[in-house]
Amino acid sequence: MKDLSYAAVMARRNEIMKGALGLDYGEFELGGLAFDYERMMEKAGYSLDEVRAIQKETNVGDTPLIELKNLTAAARALSEPGKGARIFIKDEAANPSGSFKDRRAAVSCYYAQHHGYKGVVAATSGNYGAAVASQANMRNLKSIIVQELFDSRGVGQPEILEKGRKCEAYGAEVLQLTVGPELFYTFLRVLEDTGFFNASLYTPFGIAGIETLGAEIASQVQARFGRNPDAVVVTNAGGGNLTGTARGLLKAGAKETKVIGASVDLSGLHMASDRDFNRKSFTTGHTGFGVPFTTWPDRADVPRNAARPLRYMDRYVTITQGEVFAITEVLAALEGLERGPAGNTSLTAAFAVAREMPEDAIIVVQETEYTGAGKHVTAQLTFARENGIEVRRGDPAEQVPGKNIIIPSDPSMIRPRDLSMADLKLSYLRNALKNRPAGSPEALTETEVAFLAAEVKETPEGLAALLHRARGC
Amino acid sequence: MFVKVPKGSWVQIEQVVLKPEERAPQVPEDTKAVPLKLWVKGTLLEDASIGDTVEIETAIGRRLTGKLVAENPPYTHGFGRPVPELLTLGNEFRALFERGDRK
Repeated sequence: MKDLSYAAVMARRNEIMKGALGLDYGEFELGGLAFDYERMMEKAGYSLDEVRAIQKETNVGDTPLIELKNLTAAARALSEPGKGARIFIKDEAANPSGSFKDRRAAVSCYYAQHHGYKGVVAATSGNYGAAVASQANMRNLKSIIVQELFDSRGVGQPEILEKGRKCEAYGAEVLQLTVGPELFYTFLRVLEDTGFFNASLYTPFGIAGIETLGAEIASQVQARFGRNPDAVVVTNAGGGNLTGTARGLLKAGAKETKVIGASVDLSGLHMASDRDFNRKSFTTGHTGFGVPFTTWPDRADVPRNAARPLRYMDRYVTITQGEVFAITEVLAALEGLERGPAGNTSLTAAFAVAREMPEDAIIVVQETEYTGAGKHVTAQLTFARENGIEVRRGDPAEQVPGKNIIIPSDPSMIRPRDLSMADLKLSYLRNALKNRPAGSPEALTETEVAFLAAEVKETPEGLAALLHRARGC
Repeated sequence: MFVKVPKGSWVQIEQVVLKPEERAPQVPEDTKAVPLKLWVKGTLLEDASIGDTVEIETAIGRRLTGKLVAENPPYTHGFGRPVPELLTLGNEFRALFERGDRK
């Protein structure tokens, strides 16, 4: 009988993953800290046309691009004359399970089906679980979803309770856990026990699935305006949404489009803390995932993460929980669209960033998500109050995550707060150097330098300056 | 108190996956003080009482063992209460452009 202790199962992780992914990541390694990212994406992923065909089979994609005329008018009223970009939103809630995650799940389930797996497993407390369960049904696969849902009192986040219900509605087996990073241990045991496919969010298949989203945005804007969007705003958590969207934009020729990441500021809350778990009102799209995954992608459940946001990100802004709840309400009230709230993180950032841009500029918010019981502003703010969080109108600058939620007392208070790109890149480089395999030569090889330059989207000179600082501290 | 649950019922079971002393070294103290627990639903394979160790068959046909904690538990999440702090936002934002405000 196999040793099922935490240490023993974790020690078998590479072996388990190899079987559960049908993919040998070793062949992409280039020595030292480098690996061939583009070759991994080409060889293990699918081309844009292949992904389009796969997604068409299960009714994913080709979602509407909606102009938010009233929200644009509101942003312009708050802007300097001549400022206030046109705001568009990609209505990804129109996908079968209600979010862009269907794009990722479609490709993972296609791959699993064509490689003879009987079922798929995903570790997620988000919309991805429902997406996997829904796509698995269409491909005659079984599905198991592993969720982090309860604190030790057995109190569950309403947003995740709803996501669990939705997975059960699709006939998935749903494993619901208390707080802790050992969710990964449970996940590995399930993979080992079932021999199912690991429908990780971070495989080349999962990322290739999102490339169609970026490409659709570019082609929809091109068809209507004869040019590319000026900026696309992406909610950033694990980095896959941003990476896939940006790659799709590039593949569709939108090379000048700025890619802006946006996360909800949850600084100060510990993501693995039983006590903090129900003191947050966002379970995804927040800095607790966004910053660590941006500055070190290879912390994921695969040997090499295909989501590498610093390769594509031009700007990274944070906004507050209260601002997102406010904009979610305004989206319903001004535009007749009841969506989100977590998916409206990027919309909130776009509303603020549009004010800095010229009137004839186009800014695209690349997702919406379905709303419903549990995952709704009223559900989440009621839950927050029940957990002792103060909810009031005021200045969002006074927010303290886990203590209060400030609904802006004036629309002009909704502002983006920029994270320093240089600091993010430095943090990435420090992590990369720290994780360089033991026994590597002291100096970085040419291959490693080229890899790092691509990882942080820097010129050789820019990288050299950053590496100097990274080593100095 | 014995609540009899007949074989074939849709039930929820609970497992202790890791006891506090078995938890991962990197977890914070408050999390390390409590066990890692798991809940899952399925069809009960034999008559049992709440609190018994039982076997179930899950929605995809896996057989799992754990403590029987509930028979067909309801979904309890809802929409909560309307939030007064949000109710006026639509009008506040609409007023910006209906008045033609400009800074």
